Amino acid sequence: MSKMLHLVNKSPFDRNALNSCLRLATAGSSVLLLEDGVYAALMKATSAESVKKRMDDMTFYVLGPDVSARGLDDTPLIDGINVVDYGGFVELVVEHDVAQSWL
Amino acid sequence: MEPWEEEEGPEVVKRFMYVNRRPPYGTIYALECLEVVLIAAAFDQDVSMVFVDDGVYQLKKDQDTTGIGMKNFSKTYRALDDYDVEKIYVEKESLDNRGLTEDDLVIPVEVVAADNLREIMAQQDVVISS
Repeated sequence: MSKMLHLVNKSPFDRNALNSCLRLATAGSSVLLLEDGVYAALMKATSAESVKKRMDDMTFYVLGPDVSARGLDDTPLIDGINVVDYGGFVELVVEHDVAQSWL
Repeated sequence: MEPWEEEEGPEVVKRFMYVNRRPPYGTIYALECLEVVLIAAAFDQDVSMVFVDDGVYQLKKDQDTTGIGMKNFSKTYRALDDYDVEKIYVEKESLDNRGLTEDDLVIPVEVVAADNLREIMAQQDVVISS
């Protein structure tokens, strides 16, 4: 089975891209939250529960420059989400067999 | 008088409301709406801005866009006051759902509950949503 990287760039408040991803992603796969998807990484957002439910069998990343752009550097993220930069984004793409964008 | 000529009369002031429902940067809507409001402010109408849903994220403090190579327009909201756009409403429910408070925002706003915002919206002549 191929190791998949899921890319979610839509706000969880506006679209169901994140929930569809979490529902359909297999154990052991990874999710990178980027662009408006970074709002899903916030600890106090109401969407946090659905992310936390998959933290034990999936790995979560968030793109740091998109967090900073939105003024969220000092806003607590969900524990266990890894912050990566653009270099880390490239590494994730290389490490995984397939990248799936949830547009 | 030709049909396209308007009769001189007392200036009609309409109530314009701009409703922002999207976050900044992911799409161009937030920046475009802000620019439209600043332009429209020159026409001496009764202008208000509303931030609901992800639109409240437009006003989040501490935005730093150096890493994404886009213009940080969050400081431009401070110019609204100079353009006499003083009615800025933020829906309380939208802030609560995102774990935000009034202190997290770049400009002073009026935080209103949906029950009150509904009434304010109903009083407008023109509502422009983005």
